[in-house]
Parts: sequence; C-alpha cells; structure tokens
Amino acid sequence: MAMKLMKGNHALAEAAVRAGCRFFGGYPITPQTEILEYLSARLPEVGGVFLQAESELGGINMVYGAAAAGCRAMTSSSGPGFSLLQEGISYIASAELPAVFVDVQRYGSGLGDIFQAQSDYFTATRCGGHGDYKLLVYAPASVQESVDLTMLAFDKADEYRNPALLLSDASIAQMMEPVELPEMRDVNFDRPWAMRGKHGGPNKRVSSTMYYIEDFDAYIKAKYDAMIAREQRWESVRVEDADVVLVAYGVSARICKEAVALARERGMRLGLLRPISLWPFPVKGFESVNPDVRGYLAVELSALPRLRDDVLLATGQRVPTESFLGGMHIPEPSAIIEKAAELIAE
Amino acid sequence: MAEKRTPALLVEDNRYCPGCGHGIINRILAEVLEEMGLADEAVVSLAVGCGGLMMYSFGTDWIQAPHGRAAAVATGIKRVRPETCVIAYQGDGDALAIGFSETMYAAIRNENITTIIVNNGIYGMTGGQMAPTTLPGQKTATSPAGRDAETTGLPLDVIAFMKERKVGYLARGALHSAKEINKVKKYIRAAVENQQSGGGYALVEILSPCPTNWHMTPEAAMKHIEAEVEPRYPLGEFVKNGVKVNA
Repeated sequence: MAMKLMKGNHALAEAAVRAGCRFFGGYPITPQTEILEYLSARLPEVGGVFLQAESELGGINMVYGAAAAGCRAMTSSSGPGFSLLQEGISYIASAELPAVFVDVQRYGSGLGDIFQAQSDYFTATRCGGHGDYKLLVYAPASVQESVDLTMLAFDKADEYRNPALLLSDASIAQMMEPVELPEMRDVNFDRPWAMRGKHGGPNKRVSSTMYYIEDFDAYIKAKYDAMIAREQRWESVRVEDADVVLVAYGVSARICKEAVALARERGMRLGLLRPISLWPFPVKGFESVNPDVRGYLAVELSALPRLRDDVLLATGQRVPTESFLGGMHIPEPSAIIEKAAELIAE
Repeated sequence: MAEKRTPALLVEDNRYCPGCGHGIINRILAEVLEEMGLADEAVVSLAVGCGGLMMYSFGTDWIQAPHGRAAAVATGIKRVRPETCVIAYQGDGDALAIGFSETMYAAIRNENITTIIVNNGIYGMTGGQMAPTTLPGQKTATSPAGRDAETTGLPLDVIAFMKERKVGYLARGALHSAKEINKVKKYIRAAVENQQSGGGYALVEILSPCPTNWHMTPEAAMKHIEAEVEPRYPLGEFVKNGVKVNA
C-alpha cells in the first residue's frame, strides 16, 4: 500500500474513522484541534456524526450517550480540557462501555502552554477521575504508531468493554511523517447491550455495573488483572547487555533512541525500554534487561518525576533509578548520555 | 368511566416519598409512551437526584447520566440512533444549576430530544437545599433565613431563556389539581409527538411538590404550588411546532 505524508493529528483522526468510529463530540484546544477539524469534514462523508460541543463536559457526555447506543465513539483534548473530561470518563468506565479518548499533552498545570510535554502521565495511568477504574493507555511515538495504536485502542476498548486512551503529545501530533493507513473497517453497532429501545426484550440499563454484578470488588479486580496479564506492550532496544537502561515513551523515546545509537558508537552500553502501553505498564519488558544493569534513567518531558515511579515499581528499586526531566526544553541526546554516564560512575 | 390500568412500563412500585410529584409524572410519561406505541423505542437519559430513582420502576431502556449532563448524554444517543425516542428526565437542580450549560445547548442546537424538568424548587435527594428555582424568601436547608434575591438572584425561568431560541416545543405544567395534571399529560404527549415528527427540541417543565423537604403535608404542598409557585412560573404552552405562542 502507498505511504502518505500526514500530520500526527490528521493521521490519528483518519485512523479513528477507519477503525469504525462514527461519533465525535469535542471542543477546540491546542495542540489537538486538527483532530476536531479533520473529523468535522470526514465523519459526515462516512455517515458519522461530528458535534462541536459547548465544552469538554458536553463532549464527553455525548460520547457516553453514543457509546451506550453501541457506536464506536471518541473525543480528544489536551491538558486543561483533559481535566474536564475526567468526570465523564469515570462514568463511561463504571458503565463498562467502550470508547476512545485522546490527550495530546501540553506543558504545565493550570493554563500551561501549548508545547509538548508528558506531564499528564499520572492522570492518564492512575485513575484521572473518581472511583476505581483504569484506562488502557497507549503512547504513540510516531505518526504511524498514532494510526496503529488508534486502531488497537478501539479494538481493545471493545474487547474489554473498557475505555482506552491515546496519550500523545504536541510534537507527535504536529509532526509530519509518511504513514500507511489501514483499510476501512465495518463495525456492527447493534451489540446486545446497546441502547436502542428494548424491542420486546428486557430493558437495558446503563449505569455503574456495580449495581448488577455480584461480588463486584473481585469481579472488577479480575477484569483489570486480566488486562495487566495480557495487554503489556513495549519495545526494547539493546537492553540485554546495557549498563544503563533509559525508559521513555512517546517523543522522549525518539530522543532516547538517538542517545542509545550515539552512546553505542562511543562504546557505552546504553539501552532503551519504551513502554507502548503505559497502563498496563510493561513490567514484563524489564525481564529481558541485563541482570547486571547498573541503573535506570526515566526520561520524560515534565518538571516532576512521573514515569520514574513506574520504573521503581517494576524493578523493585534494586539499582539506582533516576529521572531526566525537563518539560520546558527538549533534551539533546548528548545530555541524556551524560546523565546516564553519571549513573555508571556511581 | 375508562378502565383503570397501570402502564406496563411501570415495572415496580416507585421509590419516591409519599406525596412526591415524580410518581405522577413517571406514570404520565409511561402512559404517553404506551399510547403512542413507543415503549419499545424509548431511551431515557436519567438525572442524578430524586428523578434518578425512576431507574427502579421505569421499564424502558435507560442510562444514568452524570449530574447535570442528561441532555448531552441524550444528544449522543439521539444522534447515533435517530430512530429512538429519547427523553432526558431531570430535576431543576440537575438541569438548571450544574447542568444549565448542557440543558441550554441542547435547546440552542435544537436537538431533537424531549426534556422533562421536574421543578420542586429545592434539591430533594440531598435534603432540601436551595436551588436556582427556589422562591425569594423560601427557607431551605442552605437558606435558613429564606432565599435572599439580592445575593443569590431571582428564581430561574428556563423557558424565558429558551423561547427566544429556535426550538420545537416549550410548555410548563403543574401537578396541583386533576385539571392541571391532565394538561401536563397533554404537554408531554405534544413534546414526544414533536420529537417523533422531527420537530427539534422539546421541553416540559413541571411544577411539582416535595412535601418532605418543604416540611408540609402532601395536601398543603399542592396548595403551596397553586398559591406561591405558579405566580412565579406561568403555566401553558410557549412554543408549539417551532412557533412562539402568544399567551
């Protein structure tokens, strides 16, 4: 199939359409607005519905309704808007409905700014809204992966009846790269649980499933445990003999890949573990790391450590685990290598 | 005399307090849906609050919306399943305070849904706190000295906002007499018919008693609606078939 040069946001939006998404309700916010713009024209072409909502609250609740009606549905946002989505996300997760969300991360708490960052890691991976739930969280590191993981997110959301999140960032969303787009999928929205009038059957009730499931605590824990067991995804680059392993996702992982190549040229044994699923965190990926590794360096575009926590949990804090931070400036590979060298020297 | 029959859509006894208006409104909605042959097509987007108790006794498909967001949830359903009959069932706190934006924007988009707002002037589920609809001087759990309109504003008349927009149907009824209850049924029927004919947004607001939180007997609560609430909230149809009615 022919490759096409596309911007990250546009490619992600087209992938959603090809995954069978037929409803989008959302609100403009930089740097995700191209998703909204693209779908405003594209969804009507395939018989789908695009609605520009009055707020992110409006948008996420439209998605809740559309998803409950059986439709593959999506919204996207960034930073401040992602905060506003959390109420609806909690409801969608508690009703065990499939839906896909996108957070194109931007820097800073409060208003922050529109450039790339990875500061929403905790909101994305822990549980951004109230209660007990997890999102399947995927972190694309290229335009192609924005496409592939969008397709995967819709499928996995359906498979587990649990919402999925694409955690991108301004640079992945705004860059242009050649991509191969998948074929258009045909998805049947008349699922047995879909609300479309009862038509002679029992009435369907969409609410927190805790009301209907016996021993709910055990049930919901088992559901998320199954995802932890089966849905870890990662890429590793030369971790088997590495003295220091960088851990990074998204745009940071691209810089780290360069750092690994550069360090290896200099004779320094650097490796990279790139989580592709941020939840479940790819703990299994650490099993192939050199048992004599001297340390880990979590590289993330944020002012405070976030990803580092998960590295510590995955490795049991057996070796020094540091952060390479910095949201305001994109790090140079050489600076990452320097910091990694300090870990070896310790 | 017509046969007295409970609509099949009322699948269990309701869970409202004695003298509550929700039971009457639930029954009217069930009757209208059945009479129009829509019991199998209906989907109800339920508010958080006393209205949400409808989930236990109402036999259509339904979805529990987050507090205030029933109109947005209803929008999502209706847009992807235009063949369904979508009802947003909400209280005044839900629809007019926390959900005012979602409520108004459904009307602004002229969304082809039917909204029922049950206006009892307080938050019932949480124990009778002041709502946007609370009357000036009315004592509630959070306005113990009576609502001070100087600092909290005047009671909110949502129909006054909406009737200047392009919408399909707007009416306000009350439950304080059999005559008014019959009119409420007529309004709800018209609001559902409006949706079925693709007429756009329809709203019926209903002045309803809350004896528990008004600290009144059910009978006194009905009299209170007629004497105190209705003068603030004029009854009747305000928009019909997309055209303003000059009442």
